[in-house]
Amino acid sequence: MSVTKAAEKKASSNRRSAELLDLYERMVLIREAERMCGVLFAEGEIPGFIHLSDGQEAVSVGVMASMTAEDTISSTHRGHGHALAKGLALDSFFKELMGKVDGACKGRGGSMHVADLSVGMLGANGIVGGGVAIAVGSGLAHKLRGGDAIAASFFGDGALAEGVFHESLNIASLMQIPVLFACENNGWSEFSPTSTQIVFSLEDLAAAHKIDYRRVDGSDLEEVSAVASEIIDAMRRDRRPRVLECITVRARGHFEGDAQRYRGAGPAPVDPLAKTRLLLEEAGASAGDLDQLSERARTQVAAAIEAARRSDEPTLQSAAEEVYAQGVKP
Amino acid sequence: MSASAVRLGHVINRALDDALARDSTVVLMGEDIGKAGGSFAVTRGLQEKHGRARVIDMPISENAIAGMAVGLALSGYRPVVEIMFMDFIALAMDAVVNQAAKLHFMFGGQGAVPLVIRTQHGGGLNAGPQHSQCLEAWFAHIPGLKVVCPATLDDAYALLQASIDDPNPVIFIEHKSLYAMKGELSAPPPEARLGVANIVRPGTDVTIVTYGAMVQKALAAADRLAQESIDAEVIDLRTIQPWDEATVLESLSRTHRLVVAHEAVEAFGVGAEIAARMAHVGFDELDGPIVRVGGAFMPVPFGRGLEAAYLPGEAQIVEAARSTYG
Ligand SMILES: Cc1ncc(C[n+]2csc(CCOP(=O)(O)OP(=O)(O)O)c2C)c(N)n1
Repeated sequence: MSVTKAAEKKASSNRRSAELLDLYERMVLIREAERMCGVLFAEGEIPGFIHLSDGQEAVSVGVMASMTAEDTISSTHRGHGHALAKGLALDSFFKELMGKVDGACKGRGGSMHVADLSVGMLGANGIVGGGVAIAVGSGLAHKLRGGDAIAASFFGDGALAEGVFHESLNIASLMQIPVLFACENNGWSEFSPTSTQIVFSLEDLAAAHKIDYRRVDGSDLEEVSAVASEIIDAMRRDRRPRVLECITVRARGHFEGDAQRYRGAGPAPVDPLAKTRLLLEEAGASAGDLDQLSERARTQVAAAIEAARRSDEPTLQSAAEEVYAQGVKP
Repeated sequence: MSASAVRLGHVINRALDDALARDSTVVLMGEDIGKAGGSFAVTRGLQEKHGRARVIDMPISENAIAGMAVGLALSGYRPVVEIMFMDFIALAMDAVVNQAAKLHFMFGGQGAVPLVIRTQHGGGLNAGPQHSQCLEAWFAHIPGLKVVCPATLDDAYALLQASIDDPNPVIFIEHKSLYAMKGELSAPPPEARLGVANIVRPGTDVTIVTYGAMVQKALAAADRLAQESIDAEVIDLRTIQPWDEATVLESLSRTHRLVVAHEAVEAFGVGAEIAARMAHVGFDELDGPIVRVGGAFMPVPFGRGLEAAYLPGEAQIVEAARSTYG
């Protein structure tokens, strides 16, 4: 290998590990934010119920790495990772989960309904499958408007059993709408294994609808981000839908506090963070640097939580005033 | 009748045509609305004129159509969806009730969902239990939705424009029997605001509150009551959510008697809400019981005689007005 070739190769591998490091940092931040959600929930500081995406961070971060603020996403009840990866500010996030007045949704949505339209996050959704057609509609808006923005719908394997999902695949393919159907297949729908719920494979279903399908190991950040980038680049050009199935793990229960009595002891799941950390260490990152990065995440999250604690609860009156939109041109 | 007489379908068509021309973010979506012009030919010619990207033929997927309309609305468009028969909205309830109605509130006032669902309700065509229902009370019950029900050609035009301009999700209901109505559209076409009722016949003895196709029946009933020296005032609500409580109360304070009439099933209906409110805020004005007229508590039957016997009309309204005298 010539000297310049070797230098080029080294530079490109440096660039790759710099990108990987950046994505890893986002995963660490999501993990830390959710770890603290669990703590705050257990202590009663977060009301309602919360569903953590622990174990699935590589999907949000890997797919969203190729998206911009013009692109739009819809999400699910397990939407913390999606919201944070799309750019929702940590402060707004914690304030929302704690029901505070300056939360992303002024404390009216909570964990299952976090949204930030300014970064193209069209909402987590308390209805299984509820966000899928919304993303298709947003994808249609991108198509009608021209340009190269795309929409993505993140959904769990449980949503495959909902009629609207099937309707949405058909329509997206029929009308050639640039929407990415990103399935997080963690093997569970609440307390039931997917195998007891779904008779078909997503791959076959995509083929039936004439939509290109890819499957990735959802615990592998490099693989998710590489495949997502390839797919999304293609969608920006050809304005067609795609299906991406990410095989992933739900490391915790369905919701926080779930005793998981239905779940047998399986093999320890692969942790996407540990896996990526190993890769980074192999590429030369020092353990000290990586620890420091985790430390930074802890500090950021702690600061956001402190800000949320200091914030006030909204009044019923101010909520009542926004049942209807007033005269705003959206 | 003049040569320029039009039907309700033409008027809605004109309103949609004008909205498409005026606002590039307006798109129409629905089953068979393109080349076929819709089941009732209301959208005929619009796809030819405005193109397939703005008048979009959809497959038979009510839930996804309504859900997509929410996504379009959140992304800067103003979709106007046609649901072929109101009964089929049952398949789109998640998108309408859990998504469209709540997002503005639930997202803390971020964005809005300016979509219109045009549909038609009611009997009269012997279409049977799954093609004749009046389901407006379902939607009036959901915070975040608006419900509009025009009774005249001018109102159909004006209220549809107002619904399209409104930043909220609106259920816009045409009564299928009104598609046969002929008349003229004022020139220039009128404007209207949502939430404002019309006193279509002033009177002094009893207030009859109604909307949609029932307005004509109430006017006929008022003519009959006049022969008995009962001078009825007829109010066309025009908008069911929000409804014009002030106009109804003001009328009641003059007539002191109230009848609420609609074709929808009487139980748990729009009439129940109006009666309850007026019994509360207008209690001191009442000289007799508030009486409701509405469909019997049964699915709309099919057979000619059976459906005719089922549908509430003039006679029931006359009877109700008399019974406000105790
Ligand atoms: C329409 C609807 N039905 C049922 C539920 C209750 N529910 C909440 S999450 C869930 C399972 C979803 O499984 P999956 O889509 O695989 O997502 P995961 O929880 O595994 O992330 C169910 C049944 C719901 N929220 N919405």
